Amino acid sequence: MIDVINAAALLGNFLVIPGLTYGSQLALGALGVTLVYSVLRFSNFAHGETMAFGAMLTILVTWGLQALGVSIQPLPTALLALPFGIIGTIAFTLLIDRSVYAYHRQRKASPVVFLIVSIGVMFVMGGLIRFIIGPNDQIFFDGARFIISARDFKRMTGLEEGLAIRMTQAVTILTAIVIVILLFWFLNHTRTGKSMRAYSDNENLALLSGINPQRVVMITWILVATLATIAGTLYGLDKSFKPFVYMQLLLPIFASAIVGGVGNPLGAIAGGYVIAFSELILTFAYKKVIQYLTPDGIEIESLMQILGTDYKIAVSFIILVIVLVVRPTGLFQGKTL
Amino acid sequence: MSFLIGQQMTGGYGAADILHDCTIGVDKGEIAVIVGPNGAGKSTAMKAVFGMLPLRHGQVLFDGEDVTLLKPEERVLKGMGFVPQTHNVFISLSVEENLEMGAFIRQDDIRDSIAQVYDLFPILKEKRKQPAGQLSGGQRQQVAVGRALMTHPKVLMLDEPTAGVSPIVMDELFDRILEIARLDVAILMVEQNAKQALEIADKGYVLVQGRNRFTDSGEALLANSEVRRAFLGG
Ligand SMILES: Nc1ncnc2c1ncn2[C@@H]1O[C@H](COP(=O)(O)OP(=O)(O)O)[C@@H](O)[C@H]1O
Ligand SMILES: [Mg+2]
Repeated sequence: MIDVINAAALLGNFLVIPGLTYGSQLALGALGVTLVYSVLRFSNFAHGETMAFGAMLTILVTWGLQALGVSIQPLPTALLALPFGIIGTIAFTLLIDRSVYAYHRQRKASPVVFLIVSIGVMFVMGGLIRFIIGPNDQIFFDGARFIISARDFKRMTGLEEGLAIRMTQAVTILTAIVIVILLFWFLNHTRTGKSMRAYSDNENLALLSGINPQRVVMITWILVATLATIAGTLYGLDKSFKPFVYMQLLLPIFASAIVGGVGNPLGAIAGGYVIAFSELILTFAYKKVIQYLTPDGIEIESLMQILGTDYKIAVSFIILVIVLVVRPTGLFQGKTL
Repeated sequence: MSFLIGQQMTGGYGAADILHDCTIGVDKGEIAVIVGPNGAGKSTAMKAVFGMLPLRHGQVLFDGEDVTLLKPEERVLKGMGFVPQTHNVFISLSVEENLEMGAFIRQDDIRDSIAQVYDLFPILKEKRKQPAGQLSGGQRQQVAVGRALMTHPKVLMLDEPTAGVSPIVMDELFDRILEIARLDVAILMVEQNAKQALEIADKGYVLVQGRNRFTDSGEALLANSEVRRAFLGG
């Protein structure tokens, strides 16, 4: 019996909690992609860089606060810096919209043109980020490392395996829950949120109803910049901040949005967790778990791993391909909010 | 001079004109019906009156004012309402949210207006939480009309409100439209069911290839043997 609990603690520590954390980061990222897709009707390839940009601003403010000696122990100072990062990213995103996307909107350019333009924006932003903060790893985490450390857990329960909950993991999961609740409340219960859904559903009828498309576009970018900054910062806190990692994140984020059904916010959230858990389940080494669950004395040679961790990124790619072939509409159908 | 009139309208979607010197109008409390073969330009004429199409010639007058250059949403503010032929509801929004969006430009309390729409179309009250896309064709048309009524328009323009509904539902919808007209609302509508529509019409327009072919009272058009033969199936 104790072995089963040990196995569960092991899975919880290396699979469930990391999966929920990574899934929350992907879900927040995929929500941003989905918002742009359903309101502005294009796939925004610059979203990964927007996350990096938001995280970068947050880091710069965090350093400033740390230098001033401001802290909110045991929570990371970055949480205090986050609102500043969000405001800066909103301003930057609106500036990009004014100077780049607005022109193509006015000409009623096709979604493919927008997509290509967004790739251009991605490169420009990527360059800007490396110019400002450099290409290297940045560490900006402070505060308490653990809410429950593995050692404490073992001492409390007397188990052999420890189930640790890191501060960044708890902060990520809780923040994601709060943000998602706020976003859905906004979309479903406020006049402005409903007008966004109406615009995404039927642009023509929205115009006839006197909904101002410029306002809808602006609010969409504000939401997207907010989500991107939060997702980027949480990811950076949990792993570390490295600009080029955010470009790589684009694949699992798009896979999450597409698996869930592009344009559907519920789908984006579900997709985020599907991708995160698939990556972890397929690359997890089950050797120890199996040892706990089998009678003593059985020797297991291999790591009992389905795929090497090097193939992590391939998992989202494979899922993406399977979904596009088998069920292109994703888990939840619909192109509207 | 009618309350709402599109005078000698000429224009189209691109280089080629669809409408040629076309005139349609309606007075308060009146029902005007536009009939004609498919592709005659009936929907185009409605869009032109509502400002969704640039005019090369002609003008639109509403309540004595020239509104030719106003955008559609500005015309909504002036008191015009429009139910397009297709895609006339927000399918992913609930019935009630559709009505709320119809009143988007209003800043005042809209609960009375919602209650009025529910009085007119009781089934919508029952289904108010359902997404409009899940409703039957007739119920959807009721949502579409209800949405346009939310601004209390002085003129209501309906493009084929009975398209794709059963004869019973059609009679029911016509009854509701008559009821709306009795509130002193001018109604300008396009109809495929020409005979039934002309029966309730004060005024009728027969359009062919973007031109006025016949213009008369509904009664007179029904009595006109040429109109009967060519457009009403005998
Ligand atoms: N959005 C559009 N763009 C270009 N041509 C159009 C458009 N809508 C309609 N047309 C053309 O305008 C003509 C009149 O169409 P329409 O006004 O819809 O006719 P009706 O409503 O009488 O059936 C048709 O020849 C049609 O092909
Ligand atoms: Mg038509």
